[in-house]
Amino acid sequence: MPSSAESGAGLLLAVENVTKLFGSFAACNGINLDIRPGEIHALLGENGAGKSTLVKMLFGVLAPTSGEIRWQGQPVRIGSPGAARKLGIGMVFQHFSLFEALTVAENIALSLDDKVPLSDIAARASELSHAYGLPLDPNAHVADLSVGERQRIEIVRALLQNPKLIILDEPTSVLTPQEADRLFETLFKLRAEGRSVLYISHRLEEVQRICDRATVLRHGKVTGACDPKQETPASLARMMVGGEVAHVSAAGTTTRGDVLLEARHLSAAARTPFAVSLKNICLKVRAGEVLAIAGVAGNGQGELFDALSGEYPVDIDDTVQIRGKAVGRSGINARRVLGAGFVPEERHGHAAVSALPLSDNLVLARYFSDRKAFLSGPLGLIRSAAVKAAAKRICETMDVRKSGEDPAAGSLSGGNLQKFIVGRELDRQPSVLIVNQPTWGVDAGAASRIRQALVDLAKSGSAVLVISQDLDEIFEVATEISVINEGRLSDAYPAGELSREKIGLLMGGLHGKTEAAHAH
Amino acid sequence: MGIFEAILLSVITASTPLVIAACGELIAERSGVLNLGVEGMMVMGAVIAFMATTATGSPYIGVLAGIAGGAVFSLLFGFLTLTLVANQVATGLALTILGIGVSGMLGEAYVGQPGIKLQPIDIPLLADIPVIGPLLFKQDLIFYLSVVLVVGINWFLFRSRAGLKLRAVGDSHSSAHALGVSVIRTRYLAVMFGGACAGLAGAQLSLVYTPQWVENMTAGRGWIALALVVFASWRPWRVVAGGYLFGAVSISQLHAQAFGIGIPSQFLSALPYAATIIVLVLISRNRRTTLINTPASLGKSFVPDR
Repeated sequence: MPSSAESGAGLLLAVENVTKLFGSFAACNGINLDIRPGEIHALLGENGAGKSTLVKMLFGVLAPTSGEIRWQGQPVRIGSPGAARKLGIGMVFQHFSLFEALTVAENIALSLDDKVPLSDIAARASELSHAYGLPLDPNAHVADLSVGERQRIEIVRALLQNPKLIILDEPTSVLTPQEADRLFETLFKLRAEGRSVLYISHRLEEVQRICDRATVLRHGKVTGACDPKQETPASLARMMVGGEVAHVSAAGTTTRGDVLLEARHLSAAARTPFAVSLKNICLKVRAGEVLAIAGVAGNGQGELFDALSGEYPVDIDDTVQIRGKAVGRSGINARRVLGAGFVPEERHGHAAVSALPLSDNLVLARYFSDRKAFLSGPLGLIRSAAVKAAAKRICETMDVRKSGEDPAAGSLSGGNLQKFIVGRELDRQPSVLIVNQPTWGVDAGAASRIRQALVDLAKSGSAVLVISQDLDEIFEVATEISVINEGRLSDAYPAGELSREKIGLLMGGLHGKTEAAHAH
Repeated sequence: MGIFEAILLSVITASTPLVIAACGELIAERSGVLNLGVEGMMVMGAVIAFMATTATGSPYIGVLAGIAGGAVFSLLFGFLTLTLVANQVATGLALTILGIGVSGMLGEAYVGQPGIKLQPIDIPLLADIPVIGPLLFKQDLIFYLSVVLVVGINWFLFRSRAGLKLRAVGDSHSSAHALGVSVIRTRYLAVMFGGACAGLAGAQLSLVYTPQWVENMTAGRGWIALALVVFASWRPWRVVAGGYLFGAVSISQLHAQAFGIGIPSQFLSALPYAATIIVLVLISRNRRTTLINTPASLGKSFVPDR
């Protein structure tokens, strides 16, 4: 990296030796970063590397503990997001900062100058969104929109402020490949206008494709600054992870056994006004198979998981079959007893109680299906020695890194907690495992560990169903692939016969209908 | 004036304090603050308005004093819950208990004293319209204020930028903070507006409804106002509908009891509550509208992570 003394004059933004402490933990430790006008700059790093903390400081959400930020050569203190916007910094958040109860136009109005009259905003938003190829209906309520559409609002909202620097935090994690391509074109257009983009990602292929320079973070420190086009994915990954990332060795060669999980014409009405109804879903997963269900978020993945796991049983018993038994009306515990295991999408508050220790979280999930192992006597008292031993075994098998013997689930990083949650199910050697978004927000090392575990489970003769938005993940683990869209499931194709483009069309081609439906 | 008009007039007088207090609480709740102290702020407004009127001889000064008293009293709630991040439910309950106690102490010397009634103001021309004129245009200042209030908050919430920011704070305070809206300042103002409205509603009780001071004279109206806001799914016009429905059924059942209809009086006394709940539940049964209007951050404390 050229030192700021050499090229300090022409820089748009320079971050010098910035540190952010949370207690004694340094989320960012002496970070240096510089962004030139008119470039797409990648900020690479695993989860927990300090990327989000750094950009929150740039956007005035967090205050740095020490260090200096310079904007166009001048030292600045960015005290609030409002101050950041005044400088010309726009931000598109990873976890959307949208107001669900407000309309698209109202959401956009909130981030604009007070001088713009409210009545003009709808027209301006729709004009700008079309100019950048991101069509939006300004009067729709955000709560009714898909994740991809929500991101468009965020981007349009940032663009309306006419920023010099736009920060995008993991923007493509919720988009179809085609939607991502459209986003990249927008970014190129912005670069051509002389604006800069700070692009946060852990997807190396994307970064190589669109970014001019990259800064890599690990454990809160800069571990490299480079031109990503000169690097290989492997060399970038080494900078990110600090070692080689294990490749998942695919299943494929295993023999297929009986159908262990089946849905027959499964339909379920939407439980809330913002949910998706399931329409006539048919699927079969045999022993030794990994069926992956691709799709853009918000197309019924959560609802399908709820119906298959029995969190919300369906009306007709026959529509869900586990190991040949009709269980549609049974609850989650009855299905667990048949040998099924479930990993829901949301780690905190769904798969685990954040405030409770790992051992308690283990009992909560398995007290019924593994009653004999964990409970004793007619009163069902918890055998804490057995539970603690099992929790320890799981942590060892899955390489869960934690502080202390039995810490609260909430104190683990996302990747480690996810390893524990997946391990909690694998520990039972389930004959059917249903996983929703197994590696969402999980760092590369933990993700490959989890994926390998899913593949190994299928090899050992279980049926595995993976619902995921991540196409890389799907191609790594799946033997069969289906696509879900608006609560409908496509046929299953053998993984080898499907290209990304084909999946993208199944996801996005049908998705066009969603927007038409919103319009009326 | 016929008996029918007299009944309608008493319905309006009985409903006005509910509508005013509920409108104030609606603004506070739309900003995400659940202030259960409406009853306490209202009774403080009532006693302060009465004291100021007795001291100065002017009920108009009494009205102003009631508004100011309610607002200042709500500031205590704001300081505890917004600055010191105390639990909103517990603090609100404490505020009600404190208000009833303090107002009883302040008003001890005034019990049984004759009050000064806020006189009606005739609006020229409109007051001469038959039936409607005497009902709507020969009213006191507080009734007119209540009309302005309802129209005003409806415009404020859904047409003004400040109202949009207030709704944003109530929907997701961390997102609003990230956009640079001052969450704590917005909530302070909303809480104080709610306090001022509760104070005004209290002043109506001690200067218009029954122009005298009686200990604990709000008699649960603050709680009704609170319930109205929730059952009206945080929409101003539904609050008005609920407030007037409650007023109408309470007055009618009093008359029904006076006429000696053969229905147990306990049942009639319960009728206003039952009728209001049933009607508001029926009009709020569209789950999507309710979801969109419910402030998602209601009752949650906001601490920026800096």
